[in-house]
Amino acid sequence: MNPIAFLILSVLTISSALMVVFSKNPIYSVLWLIICFFSITGHYILLDAHFLAVVNLIVYAGAIMVLFLFVIMLLNLNKETEPHKPMILKAAAVLSGCLLMIVLAASLQGYAQQPPAIITEEFGTAKGVGKVLFTDFLLPFEVASILFITAIVGSVILGKKHVND
Amino acid sequence: MEELMGSFNTIGIQHYLFLSAVLFSIGVTGVLYRRNFIVIFMSIELMLNAVNVLLAAFSRFNGDQSGQVFVFFIMVVAAAEVAVGLAILVMIFRNIRSTDINALRNLKW
Repeated sequence: MNPIAFLILSVLTISSALMVVFSKNPIYSVLWLIICFFSITGHYILLDAHFLAVVNLIVYAGAIMVLFLFVIMLLNLNKETEPHKPMILKAAAVLSGCLLMIVLAASLQGYAQQPPAIITEEFGTAKGVGKVLFTDFLLPFEVASILFITAIVGSVILGKKHVND
Repeated sequence: MEELMGSFNTIGIQHYLFLSAVLFSIGVTGVLYRRNFIVIFMSIELMLNAVNVLLAAFSRFNGDQSGQVFVFFIMVVAAAEVAVGLAILVMIFRNIRSTDINALRNLKW
């Protein structure tokens, strides 16, 4: 794990995540979120999770973000239509977020230093993950396909304009 | 400063713990900060990704690939959730003609 690559990717991830929250225009938020997901893909590559990196790129940065962008364009959102909270609520939100971060960081403080495990050649590749997925996690995998069918049917029914009784 | 740079010589699990703690808090801040429901939805995606990175890091440091399978399942559920969630949001927008969550206070006493 290269420290410099980790630092650069972390700075990119955190700053783009901040821009998602604090940019005024929802379209800019989506674009910053795409950058954030790309840098998270970089983290997966650093962690030898090559299969996850590709899946993250295709599913998150590809499919999900295109869906978000599509909906925002469809609803015609921009800076003018953006609702804003009063200043005091915004300050309270930022303050409570910072407090949560402090609590999380403090609770993770004493975690033991541990060197990375020695891994085999096929760790994290499609071959390695696929072997685990289709032996130990076969039933959850099949249940996930039912979940997908349910989600597709549900979103089609929800998206229809008039449902005939 | 020397000590700070020295702590980055080897990247350990605690660096990933802090990274995902920060990402998760940014997501929580986004949910509290914004009133546009699509941006709130995106903040939830940020929180999911913070957990994903941490699971991948634990899987790498323990040499166990089950963690990566978990991340895969989280991605599957997130994709389904986004499809249904955005359909619901579009339907809400058709009814109230705005993206403001404050318009949806019927269940508030």
